[in-house]
Amino acid sequence: MHQMHGTGETGAVQPAIELRGIDKRFGAVHANKEIDLKVDKGTIHGIVGENGAGKSTLMSILYGFYQADAGTIHVDGKLCEIKGSEDAISAGIGMVHQHFMLVETFSVLENVILGVEGGAVLRDGVDRAREELRRLEREYSLDIDPDAIVGDLSVGLQQRVEILKALFRGAEILILDEPTGVLTPQEADHLFRILETLKEQGKTVVLITHKLREIMAATDNVSVMRQGAMVAHRKTAETSPEELSELMVGRKVLLRLEKGDANPAATVLNVENLCVDNAQGVRKVKNATFNVRAGEIVGIAGVSGNGQSELLEVLGGIRSATEGSVELNGQDITPGKGIDAAELRRRGVAHVPEDRHRMAMVTAFSAKEAAILGYQDDPAYQKSVFLDWPAISKATANMMAEFDVRPDNPDLKAANFSGGNQQKLVLAREIMRDPELLLVGQPTRGVDIGAIEFIHKRIVAMRDAGKAVLLVSVELDEIMSLADRILVMCDGAIIGEVAASEANERVLGLMMAGVDPNEAKAVEGQA
Amino acid sequence: MSTTVQLPRWIDVGALPLLNLLLALAVSGLVVLAIGENPVEVVEILLYGAFGYEEAWGYTLYYTTNFVFTGLAFAVAFHCGLFNIGAEGQAYVGGLGVTLAALYLDFLPFPIMLVIGMLAAMVFGAAWAYIPAYLQARRGSHVVITTIMFNFIASSLMVYLLVNVLRPDGSMTPESEQIAENLRLPFIHDMAAALGIEMASSPLNLSFVYAIVASVMVWLFIWHTRWGYAIRTVGSNAVAATYAGLEPGRYIIIAMMISGALASFMALNEVMGVQHRLLIDFTAGYGFVGIAVALMGRNHPFGIFLAALLFGMLYQGGAELSFEIPTISNDMVVVIQGLVILFTGAMEHMFRPRVTKIYTAWRLRRDAQEAA
Repeated sequence: MHQMHGTGETGAVQPAIELRGIDKRFGAVHANKEIDLKVDKGTIHGIVGENGAGKSTLMSILYGFYQADAGTIHVDGKLCEIKGSEDAISAGIGMVHQHFMLVETFSVLENVILGVEGGAVLRDGVDRAREELRRLEREYSLDIDPDAIVGDLSVGLQQRVEILKALFRGAEILILDEPTGVLTPQEADHLFRILETLKEQGKTVVLITHKLREIMAATDNVSVMRQGAMVAHRKTAETSPEELSELMVGRKVLLRLEKGDANPAATVLNVENLCVDNAQGVRKVKNATFNVRAGEIVGIAGVSGNGQSELLEVLGGIRSATEGSVELNGQDITPGKGIDAAELRRRGVAHVPEDRHRMAMVTAFSAKEAAILGYQDDPAYQKSVFLDWPAISKATANMMAEFDVRPDNPDLKAANFSGGNQQKLVLAREIMRDPELLLVGQPTRGVDIGAIEFIHKRIVAMRDAGKAVLLVSVELDEIMSLADRILVMCDGAIIGEVAASEANERVLGLMMAGVDPNEAKAVEGQA
Repeated sequence: MSTTVQLPRWIDVGALPLLNLLLALAVSGLVVLAIGENPVEVVEILLYGAFGYEEAWGYTLYYTTNFVFTGLAFAVAFHCGLFNIGAEGQAYVGGLGVTLAALYLDFLPFPIMLVIGMLAAMVFGAAWAYIPAYLQARRGSHVVITTIMFNFIASSLMVYLLVNVLRPDGSMTPESEQIAENLRLPFIHDMAAALGIEMASSPLNLSFVYAIVASVMVWLFIWHTRWGYAIRTVGSNAVAATYAGLEPGRYIIIAMMISGALASFMALNEVMGVQHRLLIDFTAGYGFVGIAVALMGRNHPFGIFLAALLFGMLYQGGAELSFEIPTISNDMVVVIQGLVILFTGAMEHMFRPRVTKIYTAWRLRRDAQEAA
């Protein structure tokens, strides 16, 4: 176990990490091009870049998942050969992954000592670990009960367990990969306070993210990657989100979507007292009542896992409603008996699900097979009893052209497209059907900035064409820039509605955490 | 982000299975050496026995017919994500269907009987597959467990029926009456003779043609109809299927029933084609070997046909082998067949990572040269 180094080092100290000329290829893909990076000791260093810019590859090399083809890694000024994560750990590098690596049925303590139990008999190791944990918690005010079962903890707390795990293994340098994707703004703020404490104690933090707001709020220095190359290093205080996004994309980007006012017309979707139970009988959606009119985008904000997914799945016909009713243009379409996803599609409901890989496409299929999912019975795709593959290929090529899907090859396997292009294909499939109602979940998850701009424009175009759009997203920025009205969900219930013009992050954040809307606005008023 | 290049089809479905097959034969050669025989001679006899003379061809293709049907049966279910190991029982019960039709509807003319016999087999086989399919789709009972249980149930049921119901009075053997001569599938050598071509007599019969037709139809069904598309969607990603409005349970039942019907075609070959009566245990493990055939053939009808031919060759050549070399007993032949199944079916992915690595390195070097 590493001891705390003496603090108060001065002036030009050794960088905690120095990467020199790191180069890595995967087949034809040049993922990292001679990357140089210096991370100063006791700082929070941000790394930003679009998806596929090579951030994760670089960090995986640092953590020993991959070996670089060329280049060297220096930790505390010493050349370090990192062949696996054990080497990284013994060099004092800890990593908090985007997807937590925790055993949900184990307690916090059990999770923390996993792999470093210290001998065949658990007891001694556990006792020592308990002591050490107490010290770490006090020092960094992590505020976690070591005997709690991890599965019962909120996502924010689970993330702290991951941090604790890294610290317990003696990490001096902590890498966090997209840590705020699953957190409320308040939880994210708490995380940044923890990172600040870590920094004060002399630890070094590397923060990988694509959210510029977080970079600006939390980091001391920032490095920008684009297409595998390190394109800029900046002091955070001396840069701006506009400059960073331009560096990331390589051209000017509109951060704020430009759109006109909505002209809502007749109600298209009317939801009354909708309740949904999951397979275990747990109520996931509680008495949801709302409507969506033609020509408007209604956004549903909320922390991931508060019933938005279930709501979207019910409206898309994938689940049955337990209670309540759903009407489309005055006709009852309550999903359940006789109304399934296929029937809803026939009636003009298009659905872009939250999870591309799990639901929106079969990754083992070719693009043209993916492009007819849900519409496989369409007579335009049939030739007597057979599927008309030439016609399907043509339709797919058409979708690819219209939505700028690259590469525009209908025979390529869906899995071989980048996330952004997969999503564009799914959107093309659903939007080009010209539906009455478009349900969209997380339209830009795992999609790069250039594609985000495009996707947002297409969704607004749907609205301007007089269609009703229901948008579910955990990205507040996205909800605020797209939606005309915002509903906030917490614990399965819609706890309030805010007009987009009046929305701000703090109010929405408080509501997402379950604070009564009026109270939230009052708190905001005082602030 | 992948570290590898996708393998081209000729390696994926050609070179890799061949490599596995060669390894299986090499290990078999070691076993042959261990019992003091010459492996080269053994291979020679095996090949001669399978393809060396006209009659051998007939036998090889007759065995191939059974493997094509059971292989296709497995593949169709597999495309729906189901591991149907009940082809054995489904074929067995399918045999009951043909026999009952042939024994009790023998007043019908031959062309109609051809269709009726086929339908009877299909209905019985599909019905036998329906129960595990229903249990899987609606009750979540795993199809691997239920189909293997249904093999045992089929076996017991057939013993009971053959001993107590179908056995003709006065007969001591548990088998049905012979089916009428005009209801049998014609042998290929008889058909050839009618056209004036002389062929050595073998059990090869019309059902071999069925096997070829069935292969083509399965290919069309799986890749060129919306039902096949639906089955593949359910098999690859049941959540996406629900999203697409395809109810997984429905397609699980459809795929299993088609699978059972295909397995029952094997009974056409055996009952209507060769034995001309219902024998106890006539399925003789073809249903299980069909799994290996399908896996080796990558669940593609063309691959299945080639794999079935390989196993047909092993069966026929193996019979010749145990006849020619007394020290190589029938058990030894089973060992060789077992090794082929082990290396080509169960250990299919042994060479894959290495071959992929080598191919990737080669491709990269070539790409680099082309770029230069």
